[in-house]
Amino acid sequence: MAYDKFNILKSSAVPLPIENVDTDQIIPARFLKATERKGFGDNLFRDWRFNSDDTPKEHFVLNNPIYSGKILVGGKNFGSGSSREHAAWAVYDYGFRCVVSSFFADIFRNNCLNIGVLPVQVSPEFLDKIFKVIEANPDTALEINLPEQTITLLETGEQESFAINDYKKENMLNGFDDIDFLLNIKTNIEKFAQNTPL
Amino acid sequence: MSKTLFDKVWDSHVVQHIENGPDVLFIDRHLVHEVTSPVAFLGLKNRGIKVLYPERTFATADHNTPTINQHLPVKDKLSANQLKALEENSKAHNIPYWGLGHEKNGIVHVIGPENGITVPGATIVCGDSHTSTHGAFGAIAFGIGTSEVEMVLSTQCIMQPKPKSMRINIDGELNRAVTPKDVALFIISKLTTSGATGYFVEYSGEVFRNMSMEGRMTVCNLSIEMGARGGMIAPDQKTFNYIQGLEYAPKGEAWNKAMAYWEQLHTDEGASFDKEISFNASEIEPMITYGTNPGMGMGIQKDIPQAEAVEGGAATYKKSLEYMAFNEGDAMIGKPIDFVFLGSCTNGRIEDFRAFASIIKGRRKADNVTAWLVPGSHRVEEAIKEEGILDILHEAGFELREPGCSACLAMNDDKIPAGKYAVSTSNRNFEGRQGPGARTLLASPLVAAAAAVTGKVTDPRELMELQEA
Repeated sequence: MAYDKFNILKSSAVPLPIENVDTDQIIPARFLKATERKGFGDNLFRDWRFNSDDTPKEHFVLNNPIYSGKILVGGKNFGSGSSREHAAWAVYDYGFRCVVSSFFADIFRNNCLNIGVLPVQVSPEFLDKIFKVIEANPDTALEINLPEQTITLLETGEQESFAINDYKKENMLNGFDDIDFLLNIKTNIEKFAQNTPL
Repeated sequence: MSKTLFDKVWDSHVVQHIENGPDVLFIDRHLVHEVTSPVAFLGLKNRGIKVLYPERTFATADHNTPTINQHLPVKDKLSANQLKALEENSKAHNIPYWGLGHEKNGIVHVIGPENGITVPGATIVCGDSHTSTHGAFGAIAFGIGTSEVEMVLSTQCIMQPKPKSMRINIDGELNRAVTPKDVALFIISKLTTSGATGYFVEYSGEVFRNMSMEGRMTVCNLSIEMGARGGMIAPDQKTFNYIQGLEYAPKGEAWNKAMAYWEQLHTDEGASFDKEISFNASEIEPMITYGTNPGMGMGIQKDIPQAEAVEGGAATYKKSLEYMAFNEGDAMIGKPIDFVFLGSCTNGRIEDFRAFASIIKGRRKADNVTAWLVPGSHRVEEAIKEEGILDILHEAGFELREPGCSACLAMNDDKIPAGKYAVSTSNRNFEGRQGPGARTLLASPLVAAAAAVTGKVTDPRELMELQEA
């Protein structure tokens, strides 16, 4: 499925300064039962966000109206655990287009890239800085510039560059997906398949 | 040029390399289950395309399924709907489907090896992170997201950059009551849950060479819990013996051809890894976790570490202990427990039931414990009966359930209630993993058995000594 193009994103951000946020927290398994990609944002961080009687937990950041924006900033090792793409779908469906952390789990990072959510890995020091600036001013904006591969704290001008491979960058800029690419080389794949030993 | 085992398998599956981008990797075997596939099949439908190689694709139902009364219709409507979707999609695309009640039904990572689908040197993927299990056979096996499931269904390829390589070597002899699960939990406790992120791991050394295929599967299964893309072990005679004669394994001339390929599957002398780590087997004790990620584990006789002594954020550590209602400095031994879960793709194989039975034999299930013993497949269930293990379980007051993922992930009816403690042989102790508010202690089948008969965290060596005395 082709997705939204990503170019430059300027937005305030939602801070979640917890380490090892696993995909069972992002979306618990009991909410994975849909057969369509719809409505996963409602259950993003379900058990951190809601009590068992479905009332909101007021201390959780998504329930705090002073924080908003299209950027989610998480602690180290964000997205560890299960391969469920539903976690990335939930992040997207809730309205985030970018997740910033000092370290991402592999599968979650891949899943994000495959659906048009940009994972931006920054240094631990820069991540601390982002958390501090947001704490002081929840309306502070970040700029994510994909063509330049930079992330900037607009209030202080502090900037860091981030890595993304050229192929995925092109895909994100244009909203292309891998299946289109693969379908275009299908003849090569079929030829390759004839010579595999297994 | 000297190559690693991983290089040999990966490089021989690259259809195309994209400069400063991913490799197009050909996938030999694709395992499919009900939870992560429906949206992928929908994608194919929207594009108007069929599965390219249905003969390389295998489907089973495991995550959602109940583990009692499987002959009755599935009560949960959403689960039933997902199961129906997989059945229909499999039919529409000519994929073998081993649904509820089928003799080959079971957990996807248990039935792949059982049926000879898992073979050395293959690339194997599934929309499930514990696909790393199949690395036990010298395959490159890893979990993928649903977008990638759609890629494999439609083109039999995925696009990923080649991961870095790591070798974890353990020589020496394992201590008494130390199982493959303990070896894996030990490694994760040393590396943390992100210590191998970005890497594909090869396990080498005496300990893994001496392990059974079941044990190797348990170790490779847990590779993902230290962040690794996957883990693998070089195939040897034990591997070939396991596979030969299984339904989907190569036969006749195809077997000879496959063997010629498989016999080269080892890391060459002098091949280099991006990272190498070594441990000695004697360092490893029976393990248990006390926190909310699999890296928060320790020898069962130890006390819960102080926040200052652990790497990473003290705030996150304290939040974790608060969830578990444990304190820094607490001993784990003697902590009362409520549930025991034996099963999952980590420890749901026959060897795990043998280990469990060895401890509970001649004892009684503790009254305060609810025990869910769930075979990984119907084959495992059959073996439990054939070997007389079922009688031992019954005599000790235990029941055997029907195959499935069960209480590993709280997506079916088997959920641990809020606040309750479960000693679990599964793979994740994340908050809410076994049910909202549930508290999980990951451990081996031996530790689970010791807890099941004593009603508290107990060192299995104590019970073994009594048996031997």
